[in-house]
Amino acid sequence: MEARDAIAASGLAAGTPRPRLEAARPRYGERVIKALLALCAVLSIVTTVAIVVSLVGPTVEFFREVGIFDFLFGTNWSPTISPESYGVLPLVIGTLSVTLWGLIVAVPVGLGAAIYLSEYARPRVRKLLKPTLEVLAGVPTVAFGFFAFSFVTPVIQDIWPGFLGDEPNVFNAGAAGLAIGLLIVPIIASISEDAMSAVPAGLREGAYALGASKMRVALRVVFPAALSGVVASIVLGVSRAVGETLVVLMAAGNTPNLDLTFSESVQAITAYIGVVATGDISTQSLEYNTIFAVGLLLFVVTLGMNLLSIRLVRRYREVYE
Amino acid sequence: MPGSQRVRLATAGARAETVGALGQQPAGERSRSYAFHALLLLMLSVAVLGLAILLIDAFVEGLPRFGIDLFTEGTSALPEESGFLNAILGTLFLIGGVIVMTVPLGVGAAIYLEEYADRERWWNRAIEVNIQNLAAVPSIVYGILGLGVIVRGPLDLGFVVLAGSITLALLVLPTVIIAAREAIRAVPPSIREGSLALGATQWQTVRRQVLPASIPGITTGVILAISRAIGETAPLLLVGAAVFVSFNPSGFFDGYTVLPVQIFTYFSRAQDEYIVLAAAGIIVMLALLIAMNSFAIWLRNRYEQKW
Amino acid sequence: MKKHKLLVAFPTVLALAFGVAACGGDDEASSASGEEVSGELAVDGSSTVAPLTEQVGALFQEENPDTRVTVGTAGTGGGFERFCAGETDISDASRQIEPEEEKLCQENGVEFEEIVVANDALSVVVNPDNPVTCMSPDQVSEIYGPDADATSWGDIQGLDAEYDEELAIFSPGSDSGTFDYFTEAVNGEEGKSRTQDVNVVGENDNATVTGVAGDPGGIGYFGFSFFNENQDQLKALEIENEDGECVAPAEETTQDGSYNPLGRQLYIYPSAEALQRPEVQEFIQFYLDSLGEVIPQAGFIPLTDEQLSESQQNVENLLSGGGGSGQGG
Repeated sequence: MEARDAIAASGLAAGTPRPRLEAARPRYGERVIKALLALCAVLSIVTTVAIVVSLVGPTVEFFREVGIFDFLFGTNWSPTISPESYGVLPLVIGTLSVTLWGLIVAVPVGLGAAIYLSEYARPRVRKLLKPTLEVLAGVPTVAFGFFAFSFVTPVIQDIWPGFLGDEPNVFNAGAAGLAIGLLIVPIIASISEDAMSAVPAGLREGAYALGASKMRVALRVVFPAALSGVVASIVLGVSRAVGETLVVLMAAGNTPNLDLTFSESVQAITAYIGVVATGDISTQSLEYNTIFAVGLLLFVVTLGMNLLSIRLVRRYREVYE
Repeated sequence: MPGSQRVRLATAGARAETVGALGQQPAGERSRSYAFHALLLLMLSVAVLGLAILLIDAFVEGLPRFGIDLFTEGTSALPEESGFLNAILGTLFLIGGVIVMTVPLGVGAAIYLEEYADRERWWNRAIEVNIQNLAAVPSIVYGILGLGVIVRGPLDLGFVVLAGSITLALLVLPTVIIAAREAIRAVPPSIREGSLALGATQWQTVRRQVLPASIPGITTGVILAISRAIGETAPLLLVGAAVFVSFNPSGFFDGYTVLPVQIFTYFSRAQDEYIVLAAAGIIVMLALLIAMNSFAIWLRNRYEQKW
Repeated sequence: MKKHKLLVAFPTVLALAFGVAACGGDDEASSASGEEVSGELAVDGSSTVAPLTEQVGALFQEENPDTRVTVGTAGTGGGFERFCAGETDISDASRQIEPEEEKLCQENGVEFEEIVVANDALSVVVNPDNPVTCMSPDQVSEIYGPDADATSWGDIQGLDAEYDEELAIFSPGSDSGTFDYFTEAVNGEEGKSRTQDVNVVGENDNATVTGVAGDPGGIGYFGFSFFNENQDQLKALEIENEDGECVAPAEETTQDGSYNPLGRQLYIYPSAEALQRPEVQEFIQFYLDSLGEVIPQAGFIPLTDEQLSESQQNVENLLSGGGGSGQGG
């Protein structure tokens, strides 16, 4: 709109009788089109509202019968077998176990890749690394689940050193965690690399000029400067790991477990939802409503992490752009 | 000489001066530097090796079973006679529905946000943040949404293809919007200004200048979003109930199964023959995704506009 | 313009793929009985019976290409809930319908028939490395009982104390008819089972197979066909019956009743309303006719001649327009 006014105004300034640029009559079609397009955008709000409504309704019903305290802090999760118990802690700890092993893989590998890409990369390695990350990001999760169960589990069972205790079960948190770690490497690598690249060249050059080695520049200058972006990437990675369903469903088992474990079977929040989904999901009952209560918990937690991550990304963008 | 080269020379010169003035580098600096470099390379190789092993493992396990019958046979009682035809067709139907829904809605939303929306208004910013959040919501939550609102609840469509399409469309829409916005944003303002200066309305500018210029970018983004949708399993578990489907869907109101769900189902059976079948299915799916992504990359390279 | 041509090509190829696939790829089996039926049949319920129904359904679809048979596994209990709500045509069940469920059906005006289709030896399986061969229901209850707290095989009374592997316990969910039957037979009360340290596989009996086969201390239970199909990976325990003998799950011991208390029958429940449709009538008849072929193939335990003729009589009565009215056989 401003362009038109400017051009029209310049016509005025030149003193010549300017041709009318505005339409002879108001164009209602334009307004209709704008409204239609706005509707498309508003659909996203509708989606969010629908998610919240679909989760909250049955959850409220659920909490009429089960106390919130018992749910959030109870230590026995047995929604189907009597005596029924609805303490969600074992599921939370199951998710945490898997996420922990995932981070142990993903953070060093992801950050290493990011530092390399932003500070060291020669074209040859770059040509190999960037596509690898893109492919990793595109592999379907069912393939990761298959990998965890049919490759990772047998391998860690084989190489398991005796002093660590019992050999891992056929379903265990560790294999699922390692596979999920590989899955989230692209998230951590790409966002961290973005943040590191945004650090102004001047900071690096100043450091080099003062005699610092590449390692020092990477660790003491670039990394701290990009810290909020790095943290954002890790938070987003955690959010992704927490929300991952198929890998845990295929490799981690379905045993509600209160221990943070590597070699035992656990049940993650998402795996519970998946198991109930492939069984009886046909009625309005307390068991059915557990899907929604647990789903709401998942949604709230990941939403919190996503908002935090957005905040952190905005912070590093603001500082440098 | 170009500016960056000048800067580099200057930096190198200053560095030489400083190092000379300060004397030796701290003891062991060189070896620590090399060690660090090696560590980084080690991290990279974990990523690359991890991916390679994943693909090779699926390949090795599934190749014995791979054959043309995977594409022509449906689910049968015997693993030797089972294939993925039902699942492939289910995927095609499902994805067809997703494309039909997400492309107009996603591109429309992107056009609105880039061309029409006033950034200062709080509601437009809220929409933007909202889209970013939706892109990161776990996929199974979309499945719960589908179960509660689309399959049952107000829409009550039942466990049919259309319900699955809508659920996946909602899941993939934020990604499509973000990709379309990038493509539209890449069109330089001068194109728009020129068009407006010649008397075009905003919509005419969008329709005749901005949109055609951004179609390659939008198409690439849509293809990548669809690739993601093809691999989605978790939400469809909640929304496509029947686990044993041995027929091809005949329409949007039929039962169905899709490729990743079928792979998961075969995997869940204990007999070895089914595990091998699942691995073969993974090869099929990866081949499909590679084809689509290569097509998207080719598109991007071929039609990318250099402004 | 070139770009547009290409971008039109892509969806056209997609549409062509649709067309080719939708037209081709169907089985061209000819119908042996001459008249084909068409329509959709919705079956849901027991994961024990499902493999049998799936195979029958697949064969049925080959002979009647215009039919659709979908088989769900919501569990016997889940199946009955859907069935009594009118959502399904046939319910698979690994136990008989219970009074509360009958009441629900009555309230919703759903009448049904009960047809026995196979025998079953509910098998308790352990890892092949486990030296234990026989257990009594009480000993099993030490593992699966609601107050059980055994954590390793050495904790069980009367067993070989040397094999002290940690227990890895697998159990179906409470919607499973197998669960109901097992808990009643072993723990004395239906629905009461151990909840701590139990891997609840829901309706996914295959996860039990994988779990027990992969863990030296594993133990699980399911219908006989799951053991039969995986004998290379599992070992079935002999169960001490009411006469004190250790009996292994097998066709003879189930049919003559010596495998107790875990011997049982498997059922399908078609609804009276569904039976008014020709495709459902055909299907039920086809089910019984093909039992001879499918049961050995799927690894189930066949009916005795007596049971078979009784079921056939039942079906004949049903299809000739008479038939019972909502009461189990």
